[in-house]
Amino acid sequence: MQLPEAEDLLAVLTARIRQGISADTAVVGIHTGGVWLAERLHRDLQLALPLGALDVSFYRDDFGQIGLHPQIRPSDIPFKVEGSHIILVDDVLYTGRTIRAAINELFDYGRPASIRLAALIDRGGRELPIAAQYIGTTLDVPPAKMLALEKKADGKLGLSLYDKHQGNE
Amino acid sequence: MSNNPQLNKSGQLQHLLTTEGLPASILLNILDTAEPFVGVTERDVKKVPLLRGKSIFNLFFEPSTRTRTTFEIAAKRLSADVINLNIAASSQSKGETLLDTVNNLSAMHADMFVVRHAQSGAAHLIAQHVRSDIHVINAGDGRHAHPTQALLDMFTIRRCKRDFHNLRVAIVGDILHSRVARSQIHALTTLGVPEVRVIAPKTLLPAKVERLGVHVYYDMAKGLKDVDVLMMLRLQNERMLSARLPSTEEYFKYYGLTPEKLGLAKPDAIVLHPGPMNRGVEIDSVVADGKQSVILPQVTFGIAVRMAVMSILAGS
Repeated sequence: MQLPEAEDLLAVLTARIRQGISADTAVVGIHTGGVWLAERLHRDLQLALPLGALDVSFYRDDFGQIGLHPQIRPSDIPFKVEGSHIILVDDVLYTGRTIRAAINELFDYGRPASIRLAALIDRGGRELPIAAQYIGTTLDVPPAKMLALEKKADGKLGLSLYDKHQGNE
Repeated sequence: MSNNPQLNKSGQLQHLLTTEGLPASILLNILDTAEPFVGVTERDVKKVPLLRGKSIFNLFFEPSTRTRTTFEIAAKRLSADVINLNIAASSQSKGETLLDTVNNLSAMHADMFVVRHAQSGAAHLIAQHVRSDIHVINAGDGRHAHPTQALLDMFTIRRCKRDFHNLRVAIVGDILHSRVARSQIHALTTLGVPEVRVIAPKTLLPAKVERLGVHVYYDMAKGLKDVDVLMMLRLQNERMLSARLPSTEEYFKYYGLTPEKLGLAKPDAIVLHPGPMNRGVEIDSVVADGKQSVILPQVTFGIAVRMAVMSILAGS
């Protein structure tokens, strides 16, 4: 299937978010694709608060089924969460379970004034009542396929499609 | 190694009983997993929901405040329920056997046992006996092993020195009675440290200790030369009652780590100690509190490493 250009979608997403930011807006990316996007958004939107990153492994709801993910990266929230306006950034919004975990983790750093969600692609298939305020585009992806963001050698972002059983989320 | 009682059928860690015989990949996975837990322990809410609803029993058949407390904190920061049993003071004194105690606790739906016992092999015995969904962590058995202490030492060394492959490490003190030393030696050699030394008086070294792949020194001046890492061991007071040592003063004179002796090591050498310290016996206060000491970071990292071990076991 024909995949859109990630860089084009990021330009759309950046323009949409630009309308909604203020001096106390912070972006927090979800590892790994969300962090790449958040780095770009943070730079292009010239945000004052430092960039945050979350690895939600300790908050996932599938620990009982599949155990701990390998290669967990440290979460890093280098600003005061209490009272902040956070835009949570992920590459692909699907079941909503990752976002649920990320929101829970953020609250362990403090009580934010608000959390909004930005995703490059919304592929539908939600299993929880979660919605994004900012998206690059919506895309129908067959359930057996996994859509992932990749960083190319030149630093540009691209999208790839995998068979689910080959990769891990 | 296929019969390693610590691994399940798919080669995942099922119990942590000893560092001996564990592949480097499993040791490194524990160290890597501990890294993000350090960040958790620095937050306002020092807790993650990973082991919510799990019951972890601290079975301490031998008194220990520090180790029991660090396991308790680690379990609580993973949101597990922790039950501390000081068995020396309860059912065992009424004549219940070790396995009967474990059977009773298993019937209370325990998910994990953390075991400290004066008898070598006690944690192995429990691990062989429990249902396959129960995990056992050895928190020190006799003179045999104390794997989480060794792992937190490895974590501390890697944080300070980055890589194991160019290090000269000296373990100093009562090697003979030390389960910590044994676990350290196995972990260091598995992780690729090219030169592990042991420094001790002959009376405090096990026979044929060279077989573990270490270089033996009886003299601090020679043994400490150019080392990157010094791992001090506690001189257990009860050993002084035996005829192995003339006096603590004499021990300090020859084997106590003073600033002068530390000066023989590399200038950026680090000093570790598993605690509790006997100041003025195996270590001088100036060294213990000095800038090359990483003794307090060890305690902090110990919580993260134990959180990592518990999470990996509970998820396997």
